[in-house]
Amino acid sequence: MIFRSKLAKVSLATIAILGICSTTLSADTLGEVQKQGFVKCGVDGGLPGFSEVGSDGIYKGIDVDLCRAVAAGVLGDAKKVKYIALNAKERLTALQSGEIDILSRNTTWTQTRDTTLGLNFTGVTYYDGQGFMVNKKLGVKSAKELDGASICLQTGTTTELNVADYFRTNKMKYKLVSYDTNDQVLKGYESGRCDVLTSDQSQLYGLRIKLAQPDDSIVLPEIISKEPLGPVVRQGDDKWFDIVKWTSYAMITAEEKGVTSANVDAMLKSDDPDIKRLLGSEGQMGENLGLKKDFAYNIVKQVGNYGESFEKTVGMGSPLKIARGYNALWNKGGLQYAPPFR
Amino acid sequence: MAIYEKINERKAPSGTKGVMHWVRDNLLSTPLNVALTALGIAILFWIIPPFIKWAYVDANFIGETREDCSSGGACWVFIRMKLDMFMYGFYPSIERWRVNTVYVLFFALIAAFKYLKSSVLKIIFAHIYFIAGFILVHGGYLGLELVPTDKWGGLMLTILVAAVGIVCAFPLGVILALGRQSHLPIIKSISVTYIEFIRGVPLITILFMSSIILPLFFPEGMTFDKLLRALIGIAMFEAAYIAENIRGGLQSIPKGQYEAGDAIGLSYWQKMFLVILPQALKVAIPNLVGVSIALFQDTTLVLIIGLFDLLAMVRLSAADSYWLGYETEGYVFVTFIFWAFCYSMSSFSQRLEKRFNTNLR
Repeated sequence: MIFRSKLAKVSLATIAILGICSTTLSADTLGEVQKQGFVKCGVDGGLPGFSEVGSDGIYKGIDVDLCRAVAAGVLGDAKKVKYIALNAKERLTALQSGEIDILSRNTTWTQTRDTTLGLNFTGVTYYDGQGFMVNKKLGVKSAKELDGASICLQTGTTTELNVADYFRTNKMKYKLVSYDTNDQVLKGYESGRCDVLTSDQSQLYGLRIKLAQPDDSIVLPEIISKEPLGPVVRQGDDKWFDIVKWTSYAMITAEEKGVTSANVDAMLKSDDPDIKRLLGSEGQMGENLGLKKDFAYNIVKQVGNYGESFEKTVGMGSPLKIARGYNALWNKGGLQYAPPFR
Repeated sequence: MAIYEKINERKAPSGTKGVMHWVRDNLLSTPLNVALTALGIAILFWIIPPFIKWAYVDANFIGETREDCSSGGACWVFIRMKLDMFMYGFYPSIERWRVNTVYVLFFALIAAFKYLKSSVLKIIFAHIYFIAGFILVHGGYLGLELVPTDKWGGLMLTILVAAVGIVCAFPLGVILALGRQSHLPIIKSISVTYIEFIRGVPLITILFMSSIILPLFFPEGMTFDKLLRALIGIAMFEAAYIAENIRGGLQSIPKGQYEAGDAIGLSYWQKMFLVILPQALKVAIPNLVGVSIALFQDTTLVLIIGLFDLLAMVRLSAADSYWLGYETEGYVFVTFIFWAFCYSMSSFSQRLEKRFNTNLR
């Protein structure tokens, strides 16, 4: 009993200290970033297309590009990022404890995470969701034609429940073949144990490359669950929250207006008022964020617009070859939409 | 008086010597053993030829791109292209000579140990080596560029974690073992509590504590090097196990040795360092090497706190979208490296035992 009461005291003390710590975290991330001269960015490091490390030891990927863009906007140099590789368990603590300034690690925006953890999601940089991969030989073009299919998937994830819901709503039959890990799922699919492999769509493209004959399989266009992935910052620092949010918006707006890393210098002379405001030759957009006038110019010049970043890291310019899908701009049938720069 | 003649040397009876005999005795002695032997050979035939075909006959050694791996066998090109990453992690390539120098200096240190007789000199040399090694790898002094610890990785980090873990844990382990044997109640209870607490917790918990929970307690803005946190955790963990192994050695020393030490008027420390510990450590060598090998393998756990040791580096490289799908090659490579290191450590321990176990032969 003594032990139990001691334990209770220790845990109370722990909670108290945690409480104090979370309230004392400073709310001036921008000032600190400018003082230390680099952005501390939490990434995964092992997610093909999102954050990976090339043979030269340099981080790349769409999650990494967000960090580079913030560094370009805030410090004027996209290289001034310190990457901290985090796994799924420690990523949120690392942000809470101040070890990182931004978490850009393939994190799904959910209500619980947004409201209870002292964190804020700044937007969606990639609309992901559960999808299907099938062998071309089946001649299937849509998930609606999968009646009676056997499906390989990883157990113990929401994947299973999503499949059950989807097939029930569409009144189709299916058979599950479950495995423990993603690699086993792939082996099962490859050896013909099932017709369909299901996982998050962004993962499917990575898994497809690992097949002996990648071109024999296709990823179906349907997405049956919502997995909006985006950057996360600490709650209570609205200035920093705005900076990260408008960094993504600057990249999306640049794509919408046709400003690319190649033509950004020429675009400085553009007559389009939207471009003028975006690139800082008119208006107070940079100053409003507490940054320099040309913050968006630096982002586009050094990192590129959203479309460039997407195509280079996960899209057609990368081995993954993911189609834009929901990540196309709003005026091209997708969901990527930025509020106006004015 | 009987006369004894010398009997000429005879050969051993046939069937008690030679290969055939060994085979008959060990492999074919009973019907069950015959069956097991057949099964064993069948399994070897089933595993080895496909492995050789994959790893050598069909394998790709030459080239620099993914397209060069077309023959269906192992793609060793992947290992070749990623070798620098596996060895040094993110360590800047123009600074890698510094790490190599530390490796070379290690062999110089071993050579020096062979020729130096005085143990004081040996200790001084070892300290110089560690300080020089730190300055070289970390930089920031003597005009060397600073390479922060988050750039360290690969095999270099694995060796560093294992070496620092063992070297720092050893003295702490000796003190804890002596403390546990002590007659002073406070020292004894502190040592027992420490050892039993640490041994009751898995290493992974300690690493998680050091990397995730500790930062929450630090004051705002204070960061404490992640690698250093992990190293302290590992050294503390290892010390408890080393202490128990040394205690085993201490208990094997007859009481007479302690009493003899007291009888000739040695102080406690003199008695321990001159009489008891030299004998106790000798007995503990096999177990200490066992702990060291286990630690070398446990270093892969630092992967879960975001440090990139050799195994983590391989996983990271296999996630490079350009090289997707070559994990197997990477894991075979890691297996080989770990085997080579652990096997050399265990043969080193056998040599040490032979050299020191003079009184038991």
